[in-house]
Amino acid sequence: MTVLAVTEHRRGELRTPSFEIITAGRDLADALDAELHLAVIGGDVDGFADRLNRDGVDAVHTVAEGEEFNHDVYTQAVTAMAEAHDPDALLMPNTVNGLDYAPAVAGALDLPLVTDAVDFDADGTLEVTREQYGGKVETTVDVEADAFALTIRPAEWPAAEGTGDAEITPFDVDIDESAVGSTVTGFEEVGSGDVDITEADVLVSVGRGIDEEENLPLVEALADALGATLSSSRPIVDNGWLPKNRQVGQSGKVVTPDVYIAVGISGAVQHVAGMKGSDTIIAINTDPNAPIMDIADYAIVDDLFDVVPELIEQFGGQAPS
Amino acid sequence: MSTKILVTVKEVAEVDDEFEISGLDIDDRYLEYDLNEWDDYAVEEAVQLSEAGDDVEVVTVTLGPERSEETIRMALAKGADRAVRVWDDALADAGLLDATTKADLLAAVVESEEPDLVLTGVQAADDSFGATGVALAERVGFEWAAVVNDLDYDADANVSSVRRELEGGVEELTDVEGPAVLTIQTGINEPRYASLRGIRQAQRKPLDVHALDDLGLDESVVDSPVDLTSMYEPESEGDAVVWEGSPDETADELATFLREQGVVEG
Repeated sequence: MTVLAVTEHRRGELRTPSFEIITAGRDLADALDAELHLAVIGGDVDGFADRLNRDGVDAVHTVAEGEEFNHDVYTQAVTAMAEAHDPDALLMPNTVNGLDYAPAVAGALDLPLVTDAVDFDADGTLEVTREQYGGKVETTVDVEADAFALTIRPAEWPAAEGTGDAEITPFDVDIDESAVGSTVTGFEEVGSGDVDITEADVLVSVGRGIDEEENLPLVEALADALGATLSSSRPIVDNGWLPKNRQVGQSGKVVTPDVYIAVGISGAVQHVAGMKGSDTIIAINTDPNAPIMDIADYAIVDDLFDVVPELIEQFGGQAPS
Repeated sequence: MSTKILVTVKEVAEVDDEFEISGLDIDDRYLEYDLNEWDDYAVEEAVQLSEAGDDVEVVTVTLGPERSEETIRMALAKGADRAVRVWDDALADAGLLDATTKADLLAAVVESEEPDLVLTGVQAADDSFGATGVALAERVGFEWAAVVNDLDYDADANVSSVRRELEGGVEELTDVEGPAVLTIQTGINEPRYASLRGIRQAQRKPLDVHALDDLGLDESVVDSPVDLTSMYEPESEGDAVVWEGSPDETADELATFLREQGVVEG
C-alpha cells in the first residue's frame, strides 16, 4: 500500500504546506498500513528532496522538469507517477496551485476527489471532514472507493519535523510538450504602497459588516481615535473601497499586531490565516457563531453601528454623522 | 470572427446567522438563494468582453432546479445573451457534491455549444469544492487556469493572458492557449447591478432546459463514490471573553481593556 503526497515550491523555496502534507500523509499511511511517498516536481529537486526527507517519509520521487510550477507538467508527472506506483491515496495541497492540477489529475486517473479536507478517518471507509457555508457547518463525506484523491487544507496539520531515511530517486517521465498549453511568463508582488499594515502595533480591521462604502469613515474614525492602522478583509478590497495593501489574509498580508480589532469580520479561513498570530484578538460582530469568535480573545456581540460610535467617543473622537 | 463564451452560473444558498440543520442540509427556512458570488464576477467578465469585442455571444449554463431560473434571469439581465439550464429528476435525488459529476454534465453542454472560452467561479459559496472548472477542462480537453484575477483576452489568437492570484500577495502571469476554462476570482472587476431595462429584456431571452436525455447522458452520470453523510455545527473552539451589556457599556469595557494594556493612550 502506498500514499503519494505531492509537494509544492515557489521561486526557489519549498512552501509550508509541503511539510504539513507529510504529517497528514503519515497519518493516512498509518491508518492504511502503507508507505508514504512524496513527489517533488521542478526546481532544485535534489535540494528540495533532502529538506523534505523528514520523519515518516519512506520514499521521495523527483522529476527535474522546469523551474516553476506549471499545471500541465504537474498533471502529466503526477499522473505518470501514480500509474507507476499505484497509490491507494493521492494527497495534494489545497492551495491555489494545488487546485490548478488536482482536479485534472483525479480526472485523468479516474479517482474520486474530495477537496479542502480539515480532517479524515481512514479506518474502514474513508471519511473526510470538510466545512460548508463558509465554515458555519462541518460535514463528513464518505468515499467508497479502493483509491482516492484528497486535497489537504493548509495549516490544519503541523509541519513534519526530524530527519527521515527516505530513498530519493529520480522518476523518469516524458513530458508531452504538445500538451503543455500554458506558459508562465513572470511573477509580480502586489499590494505594496505607502502603508505597511504588517508594521502596525494596533490594527482596526473592517469587513463585510460595514455594508456600504459610505460607512467606512466610521471605522476610519475609530482607527484615528485609537492611533491605530486601518486594515480590512477581502470583500472590502474586492469592492475597491480600500487598496490591496490594506488586505489581511491568505492572498493579502499576514499580520501579527499586539491588538487586532475585527469589526464586522466573520472570519473566513482565508482571513484567519492572515491574522491568527495577533497577540490579542477582539471581535465586534452581530453573529455569536461567526468563525472569528473561535479565535477571538475578547468579543462584543452587537451591531458595530451601535458600538463603534460609543468607542470613538470613549477616546475623545468624533463619529462621522 | 465570432466568439462564444460559456459562463457557469450556480445558485447558492446563504445562511442566516441563526439556523437549524435538518438531515443533511440546513433547514430551508434559514436559506436565501442567490447567484454565487464568484460566478457574478465571471458573468461580469464575460459581459465586458462581449461589450468590448465584435460578435461575442455570452451563454450561461446552470445545473439547477426550476427555482434557479430567477437567478439565471438575473445573469441574463446583467447582459448574458441566453441561458441553458440542466435538470432532471435523477439529479434532484443526487447530492451533486462530486466535481466529477458536475464536470460530466457541463462537458455535455460544452460539447454541444463549442465555446471558445469557458468562465467559471473559483468556487461555490455553499460547498466550496473549488474543483469543477479544472475538472471540466480535463474532461473536455481544454486548457485552463485556476484563480484568475486579471484577464486580457486575444479573441483572434484565442489566447488568454491572465494573472493567477497566488498566496501572499504574489500574482503569476500566464498565457493560456484556447479553448480554455478560466476560474474567476472575486475582485477581478466590479459586477454591475441589473438595470430595469436589463431585467425586462431578460424575460425575453432564451432559457433552454435540458434533461439528461437531451444531452445524450443517462442516469449513471450521477453515480458517485463521494457521499455527504453528516452535517453538524462545529463545536466552538473559542474561549473568548464576551463583554455583555448595552453598546456604551461594552464600549467602556473594551476601552478600559485597551488602556490597561497600554496599547492606547488617553
